[in-house]
Amino acid sequence: MARVQKLRTRKHRVVLNRSRGGDAGISFFLILMGIFMFLPMLYTIMQSLKPLDELWAYPPKFYVVSPTLKNFTDLFRLMNTAWVPFSRYIFNTVIISVFGTFGNLLFGSMAAYAFSKIKFPGRGGMFQLVVLSLMFHTTVSAIANFIIMSALGWVDTLLAVIIPTWGSTLGLYLMKQFMDSSVSDAVLESARLDGAREMTTFWRIAMPMVKPAWLTLIVFSFKDLWNMGATIYIYSEELKTFAYAIGQILSGGIVRSGAAAASTVVMMIVPIAVFIISQSNIIETMGSSGMKD
Amino acid sequence: MSDNTAVKTQKTVKKAVSRKDMSMLRWTLKEMKRNRVAYFMIAPYYIIFLLFTIIPVIVSLVLSFTSFNMLEPPVFIGADNYIRLFLEDDIFIIACQNTLIFAAVTGPVSYLLSFVVAWFINELPPKVRAIVTLIFYAPNIAGSVYLIWSVAFSSDSFGYVNGMLLNLEVIDQPIAFFQDANYVMPLCIVVALWTSLGTAFLSFIAGLQIVDTSLYEAGAVDGVKNRWQELWYITLPYMRPQLMFGAILAITGSFGFGGIVDALAGNPSVDYCAWTITHHLNDYGGARYEIGYASAIATVLFVIMIGANFLVKKLLSKVGQ
Repeated sequence: MARVQKLRTRKHRVVLNRSRGGDAGISFFLILMGIFMFLPMLYTIMQSLKPLDELWAYPPKFYVVSPTLKNFTDLFRLMNTAWVPFSRYIFNTVIISVFGTFGNLLFGSMAAYAFSKIKFPGRGGMFQLVVLSLMFHTTVSAIANFIIMSALGWVDTLLAVIIPTWGSTLGLYLMKQFMDSSVSDAVLESARLDGAREMTTFWRIAMPMVKPAWLTLIVFSFKDLWNMGATIYIYSEELKTFAYAIGQILSGGIVRSGAAAASTVVMMIVPIAVFIISQSNIIETMGSSGMKD
Repeated sequence: MSDNTAVKTQKTVKKAVSRKDMSMLRWTLKEMKRNRVAYFMIAPYYIIFLLFTIIPVIVSLVLSFTSFNMLEPPVFIGADNYIRLFLEDDIFIIACQNTLIFAAVTGPVSYLLSFVVAWFINELPPKVRAIVTLIFYAPNIAGSVYLIWSVAFSSDSFGYVNGMLLNLEVIDQPIAFFQDANYVMPLCIVVALWTSLGTAFLSFIAGLQIVDTSLYEAGAVDGVKNRWQELWYITLPYMRPQLMFGAILAITGSFGFGGIVDALAGNPSVDYCAWTITHHLNDYGGARYEIGYASAIATVLFVIMIGANFLVKKLLSKVGQ
């Protein structure tokens, strides 16, 4: 009976075995960490809204006193003075993001379906290799990749950036794990008995069941491609990306520090907005991300 | 669990199909033919995956035993690159030390931080939880936003930190944070940690949400007294797959850093104080075109990463026992 009295309810669920001291300690830790995480973000936004005299005030102030959008208009003015028309950088980023994400999603899900739902010889070993590749960073393969790219004649073309993302590991891995847990074999089996071909089962039955996973894949892939700056494979100015061009403005020194902060805000708004919209789907997908040993 | 059942069903299928007069090889070929659609479905992904992820590692391994400058064909020189790397290259030793220090701090700390924060967040009401998740995850997805640290810590009195310290009369000269060997590494580590709550963090949040709540109730009846016991005896063992996945991402991330240092402290950093294996690799591969030597560096980094992963995998299998 004593134990039952220990049960405390909160609005959303029953919580067991919780001491108030522990709650206080945890809240304190979370608030402290939250401030550490959030202050630099807030500072970036503040900097982007400061007029010139506040950017160079001594002692420096954290908060903006008289906010202005001048840094943003400066940013767009700077964009127009770029060597290559700015729309070109944006066009490149859009092309890379759209084609990269689309191929990654299509090929990744197709392979994930086969790994998850078809029992073919070699699938264990082939998937182990995919998991192994999660264990090393791409810097390891960058130089050899450059040699392969030059052999293919892809250096200084957008292909060098787009095609490798079609074979990226994390997306396939998350999709496969999600299919394991949320597409029931029985449904697929009955479709097969009805004479549906494997591609049809994949497209018509499995894919609609894993919507959260492909949304997650799109967000992760898009986020990486959106933030992608300079790479060793591209040296023509007119093939470079939006993130690269923004970086150039950032490195323009102290005169541009207001515009630099504004450009950081512009760059971060997009992925953050995309994450806010898709958060619940992403969390649902990540539920099955675990790795069985 | 599901893997086990998969293996079992595979075995039963095998029994059904294989006949005594059919050899293992013939059975495999037959199964391959029967499931050929699977290979077609995997092929586009797998060819690209092999070409740009696996083959480069093999190419690096082979080239690491050669002298190669991209123009003339590679010349086999045995283990000379490795001998030079470990015995003659002092900067490589510095790079190794820095990489290990960095990985040993950011790997475990970011991993623990991701888990602890996810675990604490899990007890908040869903709406609050979504907002707090965003606050912690935002630095990771927001691209180059970490550059704000170089503004805040800039070396003149207009930098926020210097300005504050000067104003409070803690110091009387502005500190050149990113040009001073004493500050570069610690600051880069702090910034790296700030951006480190990423995919693993989301995986932990999701994993905590799907722990079967009846287990907690059963645990309470069985004498679990507080949240720490609950964590150790119920949550952690249940979360082992997520913990494994998160560990792999944390290790890979902590060894592959370098971009943050370049952006904050410049390349090369003062006195090589934040010079890492990645920098050394890019220096020889990208700037000096000593591809054979750079490949040896890449191979060493690869071995370190894989080794660390297997070590941690072993450790994690002991959780909750």
